[in-house]
Amino acid sequence: MLVEIRGLSFSRGNRAIFDNVDMDIPRGKVTAIMGPSGTGKTTLLKLIGGQLKPDAGTIRVDGQDVHRLGHNALYAFRRRMMGMLFQSGALLTDLNVYDNVAFPLREHTKLSESVIRHLVLLKLQAVGLRGARYLMPAELSGGMARRVALARAIALDPEMIMYDEPFTGQDPISMGVLVKLIHDMNHALGLTSVVVSHDVRETASISDYVYVISAGKVVEHGSPEKLHHSGSAWVKQFMDGLPDGPVPFHYPANGLIDDLMQSEQGK
Amino acid sequence: MMRDKLQSLGRHTLDIFARIGRGAEFLIHTLYVLPAILLRPALVIRQLYYVGVQTLVIIVVAGLFVGMVMALQSYIVLVDFGAEESISLMVALSIMRELGPVFTGLLFAGRAGSALTAEIGLMKSTEQLSGMEMMAVDPMKYVIAPRFLAGFISVPLLTAIFMSVAILGGYLVAVELLQLYDGVFWSQLQAKVDFYEDFMNGMIKSVVFGFVIVWIAVFEGFDCLPTSEGLGQATTRTVVHGSLAVLGLDFILTAIMFSA
Repeated sequence: MLVEIRGLSFSRGNRAIFDNVDMDIPRGKVTAIMGPSGTGKTTLLKLIGGQLKPDAGTIRVDGQDVHRLGHNALYAFRRRMMGMLFQSGALLTDLNVYDNVAFPLREHTKLSESVIRHLVLLKLQAVGLRGARYLMPAELSGGMARRVALARAIALDPEMIMYDEPFTGQDPISMGVLVKLIHDMNHALGLTSVVVSHDVRETASISDYVYVISAGKVVEHGSPEKLHHSGSAWVKQFMDGLPDGPVPFHYPANGLIDDLMQSEQGK
Repeated sequence: MMRDKLQSLGRHTLDIFARIGRGAEFLIHTLYVLPAILLRPALVIRQLYYVGVQTLVIIVVAGLFVGMVMALQSYIVLVDFGAEESISLMVALSIMRELGPVFTGLLFAGRAGSALTAEIGLMKSTEQLSGMEMMAVDPMKYVIAPRFLAGFISVPLLTAIFMSVAILGGYLVAVELLQLYDGVFWSQLQAKVDFYEDFMNGMIKSVVFGFVIVWIAVFEGFDCLPTSEGLGQATTRTVVHGSLAVLGLDFILTAIMFSA
């Protein structure tokens, strides 16, 4: 296992985001973490990356408890182990595509500019954007920005890449490109991928293992096939995208007739 | 009702103290990483351009007008006493001791301080700062420290330029418009303005103002809520708190420097 999460609890204010969660992320596979919006999927990635500290429990990445590392050790560990693709791409807006991908190489290595150029062009070639290297982030579409961010995330050849909602808001073609890229990168580079998403079909199509989380707990986990045949009505509703089920269509409220009768009072 | 108000007052007070605590912690962290940035002068020079050079126009124009107005007002008062040859002294002392540092501070907070807050806040809300952390690049070193240092260097330099231009503005009005003899203008300045007492005290003020404004500006950007509303509030706070800090500190520094 590359990532082992044990007894993880985390809360924001009075709201518990995770309550005693256990999870294992296998090495060299694509693991999906799915769940409705607002269940703390992004928070989980930030906890794994050491950007947030859990209230209780441990997160071990490659055998190392990330929250026991000091500031410098954590940064060195991230440099060696992790890449992360943010939902927005998180490209540096004052640098063009080329310089964005070159950024981690320039910051962390003493490679000459000619070597950096080769590496950047190869990484951009892998995501199909070598020709867009002089564009500024503002000139890129959302899908292109994520592809550049992916090229940047693999620039230092990390062991693991975490994808935060990579498919959200993408047109079908961009979505297809991203699905293919995540799948191909994982297999070509021998990476471990963690994909956080609620795009069930796309995510399930490339995942080896899926965790479904809701209300601070792991509701179900297993292969995508297993989840599609899950006995849980909640999981079935989520995986099939049904409008009504254990998660009701209506937000809890008084009866409609009662509400309508009260409407004259202006409430 | 009373209890609600008390609770809200208590919560507000706690929030203020928590902010001050976070601000102090942030400052210590910034000062701690500052030496590392001296090895990366390119980052600081780039920010000096954005923070310092781009504020130059407003400083020069404002300085010119403030100097001209000061000369005109001084003439109106001094001419009744036949002391119009002291215009340069009046202009130079008020500019060097008070108006130069204070005006520069206020203009810097409005022009560069708000821009710093907005830029850092936007980097936060677009996850650029988080992205850097995950690339193992410390945003405190890469983003905050160069901006802090550039602002800190810029303010005294801009103040010195403001002072020079304002005196030049005074000269234009006194000599070119009001036909005062220019030898009198400059000799009064030379004879009565003390380098340490007047000029250096003004520069010390500008160093203090620069430190505080830049601290407020970068902290507000770093600490803002990553929403458009949060960003707007943070930018406003930079200008309001920065300006009030300049005026409050000016009183304290004046009391220390010139009361003896």
